[in-house]
Parts: sequence; C-alpha cells; structure tokens
Amino acid sequence: MSMRAKAVELGLTSAEYDRIISQLGREPNLTELGMFAALWSEHCAYKHSRALFSRFPTEGPHILQGPGENAGIIDIGDGMAVVMKVESHNHPSAIEPYQGAATGIGGILRDIFTMGARPVACLNSLRFSPLTDDRTRYLFSGVVSGIAGYGNCVGVPTIGGEIQFDSCYYGNPLVNVMCVGLAKTDDIITASASGVGNAVMVAGAKTGRDGILGASFASGELNENSEEKRPAVQVGDPFTEKLLIEATLEVIKAKLLVGVQDMGAAGLTSSACEMAARADTGIEMDLLKVPRREEGITPYEMMLSESQERMLLVPKPGCEEAVTAIYERWGLDCNIVGTVTDDGMLRLYEGPQVVAEVPAWSLSTQGAPKYVTECEKPAYLDELNNYDMNAVPLPSDFNACLLKLLASPGIASKEWVYRQYDHMIQNNTVLVPGSADAAVLRVKDTQKGIAFSIDGNGRLCYLDPYTGAAAAVAEAARNVACTGAKPVAVTDGLNYGNPEKPDVYWQFARGVDGIADACRELETPVIGGNVSFYNETNGQPIYPSPIIGMLGLINDISKRCDMAFKVEDHSVILLGETREELGGSEYLKVCAQTVAGRVPELDLKKEKQLISLILELIDRSLIVSAHDLSEGGLAVAAAECCIAGGKGATLRLPATDSNSNLIRPDALLFGESQSRILISAPAESSAAIVELAGHYGISATKLGTVGGMNLQITIEPAKQGKYACSCCCDQNSTEEPSPCVDVPVREMEQRWKNSIANCMKAQ
Amino acid sequence: MRFGIVVFPGSNCDDDCRHALEDVLQQETEYIWHGEQAFNDIDAIVLPGGFSYGDYLRPGAIARFSPIMEAVRRFAESGGPVIGICNGFQILTESGLLPGALRRNEGISFICNNTFLKVENNETIFTSSCTPGQVLSIPIAHMDGNFYIDEAGLERLRGYGGIVLSYCGSDGAVLPEHNPNGSVANIAGIVNESGNVFGLMPHPERAGESILGSEDGNYIFKSIIKSLESGSGRWTA
Repeated sequence: MSMRAKAVELGLTSAEYDRIISQLGREPNLTELGMFAALWSEHCAYKHSRALFSRFPTEGPHILQGPGENAGIIDIGDGMAVVMKVESHNHPSAIEPYQGAATGIGGILRDIFTMGARPVACLNSLRFSPLTDDRTRYLFSGVVSGIAGYGNCVGVPTIGGEIQFDSCYYGNPLVNVMCVGLAKTDDIITASASGVGNAVMVAGAKTGRDGILGASFASGELNENSEEKRPAVQVGDPFTEKLLIEATLEVIKAKLLVGVQDMGAAGLTSSACEMAARADTGIEMDLLKVPRREEGITPYEMMLSESQERMLLVPKPGCEEAVTAIYERWGLDCNIVGTVTDDGMLRLYEGPQVVAEVPAWSLSTQGAPKYVTECEKPAYLDELNNYDMNAVPLPSDFNACLLKLLASPGIASKEWVYRQYDHMIQNNTVLVPGSADAAVLRVKDTQKGIAFSIDGNGRLCYLDPYTGAAAAVAEAARNVACTGAKPVAVTDGLNYGNPEKPDVYWQFARGVDGIADACRELETPVIGGNVSFYNETNGQPIYPSPIIGMLGLINDISKRCDMAFKVEDHSVILLGETREELGGSEYLKVCAQTVAGRVPELDLKKEKQLISLILELIDRSLIVSAHDLSEGGLAVAAAECCIAGGKGATLRLPATDSNSNLIRPDALLFGESQSRILISAPAESSAAIVELAGHYGISATKLGTVGGMNLQITIEPAKQGKYACSCCCDQNSTEEPSPCVDVPVREMEQRWKNSIANCMKAQ
Repeated sequence: MRFGIVVFPGSNCDDDCRHALEDVLQQETEYIWHGEQAFNDIDAIVLPGGFSYGDYLRPGAIARFSPIMEAVRRFAESGGPVIGICNGFQILTESGLLPGALRRNEGISFICNNTFLKVENNETIFTSSCTPGQVLSIPIAHMDGNFYIDEAGLERLRGYGGIVLSYCGSDGAVLPEHNPNGSVANIAGIVNESGNVFGLMPHPERAGESILGSEDGNYIFKSIIKSLESGSGRWTA
C-alpha cells in the first residue's frame, strides 16, 4: 500500500497528505504519517471549529487563563484560582460504555491537575435514547458506573450533572464530563517545554498497545463496523491516576518543574508536540527509554498509544532525581527519555537510529489545516418552526399531565444516578445534588463558595440552533445565580454532527454565535472547552447539543440558597413573564408526542437583569428559596420546590400575559418561557421584593403561599373564556374556579423519585 | 491528643480525617506512610477510607500486607485505640483484627447517601459521648459495605456488645427497609472483644460541621478524645 493510500486509511484526505509533503519537504515514513493522522484529526486539531473560536469572548477581569492551555483559570481572590474544563468521550462510550466514560473522567482530571490544581469536583452531561430498550439501558448503566468507578476511586466528588433522553442519541450517546480544580495562584504551572538542554521525562503508567489512534476514531462517524474499533478505546486505572495526582501535585508544589503536560488523545505525540510548540522549542526522545508493558512495541505504536495515566515532564535543571524520587515513592515509573532542543523539531530515536523527525509546529494547530464549510440552513426548520399549536388539543386532566412530566426521565429525580457517585468526599459539598439548581462547594479557609451548573437543551437547539445555545448559557447562569452565586465564566462542550455537511455546519456556526452573544451579554467569558463532531450514526446526526459548564462565585457561603419551600404561609412569587410559548417544550414532547414550534424568546438583557435581581434578593436575605423554571415550566418547578421541602403550596395563576392576552392553560402550567425564577419568602418581605424587582425592570407576581399537603394550582377566571379548561372550570361562571392541578406532594414525589430506577429495573 | 492517620496508596479520605480531627476538633494529627514499620507517640490510629491498592483482589485484601499493618496490630494488641472507617473497616476485617467480612452491596452498585445510625452500645471508647439508643446522622459512601458474619459469630458479637452501630430510620427503628447494603442485622459498625478496635462503614469525618449537614460524626471522635484524656498514656508500636 502506498503512503498516500495509508494516509487515507488513517482518516486524512489526499489534499492533507499533500500538505504534509509540502511541510516536510518529503514523504513521511509510517511513524510520521501516524503522528500527523492523530494530530490532524478533528479531535486534536479542531480543523472545522478553530476558525469560529474568535467569536467567543475570552477575557474578563478575573480570567487568568483563557483557551489555549489544558484548561481555563479564574482568579477567585484570597490567592486562589479555579481551573475548569469540559471534555467529551462520546464515541468511546458508544461502544464500550464503562471504559469510555471512565477514561473520559481520567482524561479531564489530568487536564486539571497538570496545571497544578487539585481536582475538587466533577460534573457530567449525558444524552441517551429513552430507557426503553436493553441496549440503551446497558449503555446508560455502563456509563454511570464508569463515571462512578473512576471518580469515586480517585476521591473527587461528582457533584452535579444533567441528563436528557431522546431517540436521536440512540446510536451515539453523549458523555461530556467537566472537572474543576482549585489551586493556589502561585502553584499554577503551564505546559511548555522551555529551557534548551532541559531533560524530558515520562512519568506514570507504562505504555502499552491500547487506544492506538483513538483520536482518529473519535473523529469519524459511527456505523455498523464501529464495534471493530473497540481496541481504540483505552482502559483506565483510577488507582494509578490517584497516585499520579498525588505525585504530580507534590512535584509541582515543590517547584521542581518547568512544565508538565498529560498524555491524552494522541498520547506521546500530542504532549511532546504541544509542549514544544508552546515554548517554540524542539524535543528529542529515545523511545527505547519509555517504560513499556510489553516487548516489540514499534515506534508507530509507541507514538500513537493512548495508554492512560501518563505525564510528560520537563524538570528544572538538576531536579531530575528529586522528581524521580517523588514518583517512585508513589510507586510510579519516572524516566528521562530525552531533552529540550532549540531547532523546533520533534525528533524520535530508537537508540542511535532516528525513527521520526517532524517540525513541532507542523503537527500542531499552526500546521494543521483549517476548514470552514459553506453554511446552509437545514431544510427541516421552516416546517417545524411554523407548526400550528392549535393542532395540540388541551388535555382533559392536568394532574395526569403533571405526574407524567414528573416521571419523564429528563425531569425525574436523578437520584438513581448520583447515589452511585461519591458526591461528598473532600468535605466541601454544601449543596448536594438534587437540593438546588447548582451544586455548591465551600472553599475551605475562606468565606467563599463556588457553584457549578452544566446545562444544555438539544431539543431547543434542534428547533433554533442560535437561541437554543444562548438559552443553555442563560439557564446555566440562572442556575448558579439561584444559589446566590454570581456567574463568572463558562467552559463549553460543543457536540454536533458531521461538520462537512452544510446544514450541520450551519447549526454549529449558529450555536457558536448564540453562546458568544449570551456570554458577552452575561459577562461570562468562555475560558476553554471541547468540540465533538461526527456525532452521527449511519448518516443521521444528533440534535445539535452544545453543553455549557458555568462557574459562579458566592462571597458569603452562609447566604447560599436552595430550592425547597420551607415555611408554611411563606409567599410564593414568580419573577419574570409567562408567555404563550409551547414550542420545543418537554410538555409538547411528553404529552403530545411533538417536537416542533418556535422556541421561547430569549431576551439576554432581561436575563442579565433577572440574574442581578436574584443575586441581590439572596444577598439581602429577602428570600428563602429560589428555583429556575426550565423543562416542564411553572407547574414542574413548583412541584420540585414542594418535593424538596416536603410541603405543599396553593397557587393562582393570572390567565393572561403582560399584554392582557389570554394564555392557554397548558402553556401557563407547562410552557417554558425563558428568564423566570420561582421564589419563596416571608410575607413581610413581599413588598420589598416587588419594589426591588421593579427597580430591575422584572415583573414579580405573587402566586400564592406555601402550605398544606398538596400542590394546588388554580387559573384565575378570565373575562372572556378563550380556553375553558374543560377539566375543571366553566370560565363563564361567576363562582370561584376549582384548581386545575391538585396533587398530594407525596404522590408527586413517588412518581418523580422512582422513575429512572423503574426504567432500569425493567431490564 | 495525637492521631496517626495511615496513608495507603489509594487512600482518599485521609485528608478528610485530618481536616475533621485537626481543623474542626483541634487535635494533632500525623500521616503515617504504609511503608513504615513503626510509629511513635500516637494516641489513636485511624485507618481512613478510600480504595487502598485500587481495591484490587478485594477491598483491604492487599493493604493488610502493608508493612505498617504489623505495627498497627502491635498497637492494637497493646490496647491502643484503632478506628477503621469504610476501607479502613475492610482492612480490619481482612487482617483479622475484627470479625466478619464486607461483601459487595446487595444492589451491586456504589451508594453515597445519608444514613441514620442507632447507637447500640454507648459503653465503648468510640461511643461514650452518645446516649443509649441515640440516633446519629452520618453518610455512607461505599461499594462493599455489606457486613457478613455467620450465626455463631453474630451470637458472639451480641454477647460482648460488639455491635456498636446499626442502620435505622430517623426514629431509631432498626428495620430491613433502613438497610442500605444488605448487612447482617443492619450492622454498620462493630468493636472487637477488647473494645479498642472499631470498624464502621459510615464516614464520621464527613459529618463534623453543620455546613456539611451534620455534626454527629464528632460524637465518635470526641468519645475517643474523652476516653484518652481520662485514661492511659501514649502507645508506641
């Protein structure tokens, strides 16, 4: 087989092969070709996405490090910094769910501690097909136990996440994981190989033949032959990772290193090339000095292995022995394998013989091709957006609708999942999963707290890739704000189909714009993230699924806020406006089996005001609970507040919007108008709350009070009955209307709490 | 008092134990490396939770062969107080310092949750600050916490008051529905016949501050401190 044919087999195009020849000035050998194939894969080179990154706002007053390093860094004061990043492990998890998810955790942890930060939390965002078939249940339980198996063992709490279910993810589930680290700002270290003559060391696990060309595998579509790619999935060992965390943080803290880089996708090739390219140096290595699990590993395999739990180090001169001693104390190998050079070349030897010699820049994003696909609006959009909501009949039983929504796995309690994750280890988790809109950690030895939320809504992005992506930012910001945390920075995971298709690229570009605009308006810069393309099965793409990880900062942890209704007779107040917006809602999907319509309008300036308002309400201790309205709308949010507090509530909803237009009752109850928060507060605070809301230009409507054993929701009588809710009330009558919703909290809790466990038991 | 916290490769609650004892309860602590063969001037030993040696083979099965465990055994035999939490409990049963065994949870998955624990015996040095039958709220986080002991062993435990904590409801009722992992007789923590070696699956070090939801874990550590203050001098092993 010719080298050109081999290049195509490895996932490069013929034109890319020509580009390699022109950069090298000759044909590559097999090892070199493999290195290019790995580093020029979509996964490593961001070929189709890089051109759009400049649209993101990436700077801000607290941002110490934006995109470009292993993870972004935010200064939180007191000499401390938060380091965070999202990474996807979609393709590996689709064919080997336990190891695929586990190694996703391992990889994102290394991105964090390689910067000198101790990992303090993980979150995840998962997408699966509905839990109605054995294969999906196998994938789902495998992914959850993979995340648990790795995260629990390394002792990093998994404190939050979100999960959605839709059949578009049947062949291609999404597994996005986020890790957060805390560092003293003095301990932060970068991944550059500076200092010509310095040693280059490999530490951690030995190299084997696993995960070879995993990066290239992750950069193609899945099809019926993907099972054969199982050897491209790496195998993780969290025990080694735990030792690697402790040893690496110890050498960084002892100031023994110039730079350090973990070996993730494309293993030794990417770590060496990135470290050299960042410092504008070169690296020479003798591959025979790299500890290996077995004999006979070729240079090609050595450079492309994705064996897990390995680091590439550049120690300060004279510190080599001290570094080795620390790794060996933790039971890990650490060997000098090469030196930093001044010629910009990545030169690899086996003993005296040169086996590969490539300019580091040409392998890196400086040398890799960059593509922008022609955009084309997808054909399906107009028809779906113009869907006539009058075709959706009003339900006859709103109680049944509410219970059905509460049991819908996207809304139902995720306890079955987070109970398997150690979410308390490290003794910082102040708001545990399920108790609030975001997870909150205290920062020991300070008054501060840090809050995290990870959000995305594929259905909204499918119907409107721009607004859906912006809404993910808005929801993530609103979620952290509902705990009392000011949103400060974003890391994103952009999951899309095949970027070579014009309609998919249009979705992607619109998504980037949506995130960029929302982040600019909400003053939450994008400090890093991940792009995962080719999420297709047999040519069918997933919903566009950007995921937003948001960091929020609480100055006084004692003021944190959760979602539970707490005290009888407290007022329940809705902040924000309800409009007749059913498009893309969970209600429409679950109760009318329809995914269509226009997505709810998002006014980012309003969102910003709402967030400022909720932060001030919490800071002034005017309210005792706050819960963002999202899937399932007002009724589901109220139900969740009731369940969390073990208390009922009696609510009356105005039948009209702010322009006095009647809203159909299902939209009042279950519509997903953006920028709304449900709060509860002592009755005597009501006046101050309404006044403050007015100051921010946000409407505040008192809906009722906390109390009783049931959630009761009544729709106020309207002057003219456009929609008589046939279940309960005659709107022409002068009598007091009866409640549309009247369900015992205990019954709601049963449905909500056990739904996912019941789905999983069905296997 | 001075607590020695043993660090095995894979221990991950060592720092939480240090935090609870040192930062919250103002005690001295010292990490003791698994490769050491002896330690000095220690009042009590803590075997912390985690995944020592990756839980390979069986949780605790490899850690029991660590050099430090010989010193821990000598310390225990000379009457020094030893508390093993979670993986530490597993190491104690694997080393034979406590009877019984900890098997995979009945539901075969990891469980992290708050539990209520009934103090079955408050006349131990680990529970002397509790009232009889007191209900403690302390979380669990484990994969292999399903305590097993045969009938005869259970009788023996009961005979000397070896059952110290059992899983219960918030009202203190010890019923099967409160058993999170399948443990025999809802057992959550046991003590040896000499009363100085205590193993429990729940994590008292995670329940030491109200901001974390409970301070009940301090009853355990304060009991140890109280009995050390009123009792004998330092052990060396």
